[in-house]
Amino acid sequence: MAEVQRVGEVIEASTTDFVAQCYELYQSPPLGSLVKTRDSGMELYGIVYNATTTSFEPGRRPIARGKDETTEEAVYQASPQLLKLLKSEFGAVVVGHRQDDKLHHYLPPKPARIHSFVYLCSTEEIKEFSQSFDFLNILLNTHLPVSPDELIAACLRQMSQVYEDRRAFLVAAGKELAILLSGQFNQLKAILERIKT
Amino acid sequence: MNEETKRLGIVTSGSLAKGVEVRLDSSASVEDMAVGRYVTIEGQKQRFFGMITDVSLGVIDQKLTLTPPDVSDPFMAEVLAGTSTYGTIHVSPYLTIGGDVASLIEGPQPVKTVPSHFSTVNLASQRDVELVFGGEDEKRFYIGTPLDMETKVCLDLEELVKRSNGIFGKSGTGKTFLTRLLLIGILQKGTAANLVFDMHSEYGWEGRSEERRKVKALKQLFPSKVAVFTLDEESSRRRRVSTDFVVRIGYDEIEPEDIGLLRQTLNLTEASVQAVYQLYREFGNKRWIEATLELEDRDETKQLLTRLNIHDSTYRNLRRGLETIRRLPFLLPHVPDNPVRHILEYLDQGINVVLEFGRYTDITAYILVANLLTRRIHAQYRERMEKALGEDTAPPHPLVITIEEAHKFLNPEVSSQTIFGNIAREMRKYNVTLLVIDQRPSGIDDEVMSQMGTKITCLLDNERDIDSVLAGVSGKSELKSVLSRLESKQQALIFGHSVPMPVVIRTREYGSAQSYKEFIPSPETEIKQQAEKDIEELWE
Repeated sequence: MAEVQRVGEVIEASTTDFVAQCYELYQSPPLGSLVKTRDSGMELYGIVYNATTTSFEPGRRPIARGKDETTEEAVYQASPQLLKLLKSEFGAVVVGHRQDDKLHHYLPPKPARIHSFVYLCSTEEIKEFSQSFDFLNILLNTHLPVSPDELIAACLRQMSQVYEDRRAFLVAAGKELAILLSGQFNQLKAILERIKT
Repeated sequence: MNEETKRLGIVTSGSLAKGVEVRLDSSASVEDMAVGRYVTIEGQKQRFFGMITDVSLGVIDQKLTLTPPDVSDPFMAEVLAGTSTYGTIHVSPYLTIGGDVASLIEGPQPVKTVPSHFSTVNLASQRDVELVFGGEDEKRFYIGTPLDMETKVCLDLEELVKRSNGIFGKSGTGKTFLTRLLLIGILQKGTAANLVFDMHSEYGWEGRSEERRKVKALKQLFPSKVAVFTLDEESSRRRRVSTDFVVRIGYDEIEPEDIGLLRQTLNLTEASVQAVYQLYREFGNKRWIEATLELEDRDETKQLLTRLNIHDSTYRNLRRGLETIRRLPFLLPHVPDNPVRHILEYLDQGINVVLEFGRYTDITAYILVANLLTRRIHAQYRERMEKALGEDTAPPHPLVITIEEAHKFLNPEVSSQTIFGNIAREMRKYNVTLLVIDQRPSGIDDEVMSQMGTKITCLLDNERDIDSVLAGVSGKSELKSVLSRLESKQQALIFGHSVPMPVVIRTREYGSAQSYKEFIPSPETEIKQQAEKDIEELWE
């Protein structure tokens, strides 16, 4: 079923974020999308902030192989083992959880378990989660390798796609940001520039 | 919450003395706000009723004012509106309207505190306004509607006539229309008898609107309750006004105080006014004017003047003044009919008297006649009131005296001497009060202004006039901004004794056939009232 699409498995977890490995190479969810993972009686929500593709063995870097090939596809066809030597991973910052059927926009009591499955959230879930913009505050205040401006903009663009009235959603989110960033107009402006329709 | 309440924003700061600041929600545009509009504030324990007195703009970060964002982008503009950039309104809370039983009985109370932080502010609903200004009933008269609302603002006329009141405004802003409305109200509700010194003959029979359209005045609407007196029979006849009495005044009626009041208009010196008292004593109270004017340029006159210690130039100055008075055609050496007695007879029957001045719109005539008649009428009322107190009988029916160009009577120099100054000060003790109409309120004595119960003011733009009208009112600076932004027609600010809080009104319509109909009690209700009365009497 497309709605609850499984995208990976948790391989590293902390209270604030988790890293998941994709089952297929290059199949990581888009930047800023809402994903979830289940634990006993609890669902953790995260927002994808980073995706990487590296080789399995840390010391062994891929080498250029396409010199004699005409297309990129042909590189993979010539060396089918490549798909097994590379892996795609993505990191998600934890922005909320659901416990006893109640949605909370703050950190869960426990981090995700390793080997928990990670799913892409359905339209309904995204709508439900984005009823409150409290997660924006978490995104603004977490130190991540990617700039919070970019992440927030990407996240809002992703979420707005499930709404019929995208603009209304983005305006509401923009207003929330304007309050959170009341003293940093330049940052606000940067985000707004990235989400305007 | 019913549907009509519209949320505006929340209270962010303020004080009782200065009013509260309200930050507008992003859904409420600054441009929809208007000074003078009513709002309710939902405090935790009580509801506050107030008026918008200022509107301003704010930014959350000063950088925005230095490097303004690109608002040509509608998305940017929409996001920033109400968040980074916002509107604030300044609200002066005036009353509390509680929901509990006690406050329902007592009605709105003056505020003694401010609403707590972040209380919700809504646009006042029709019902709230009605609760504050009351509906029309036996005592309350519908005078107009608040701005942008259909609710009626009613004046408590019984309270109104207990004190002296003022109607102010620049020329052409609708003072006369307002006065006419108010007179009709007093007449309709029967709370007091009116005596109108009608300088421009516009209250008795008919007046004219700004567009030169004829409008009916008191006598046409209430023929049985109004008597028109005139000083100028000819003018009244030409205008086809049926008059009830022609006023003539005898020299013997004029007393030294009357001359004192005319000092400025007759250009008399202080010494001349003093001389009047001496001559009055010398010749006796009945004939002093005649006798003074009869003095010829002979030795005896000189001797007399020397004896009375009156300087020759003073005498000439006085004589010139008295000659001016003598030229007034309605002044006669002897008058068989006493106009004061006639006026009182009418007033006693509950009939209102309008005294038309016809052609004699000259201020000398107006001051002389108004002062002379009022002094005697006031003396009569005083006598009756004292008698009523002594004998424990009913006091005389309240009397309201309407005067125009009031600054001539009530300016600081003469107000302490004239009867009008007295009436304004001692107020209701003798059941006589003033309705003062003026376009230069700054010319009126501060003491008199401060004693006025209710002030109704149309647009004023002279700083001094505004200051004098608003002197002693709490929240003066806020009202000032409201007052100077009134429209030049049909709008007035009412504040004082007979309204629970200052209110800007759009004056009730006057001049159309429908409006006349509304003023006159329909015959059906009158018949019904009569029938009820008859039934009551039957059972007595």
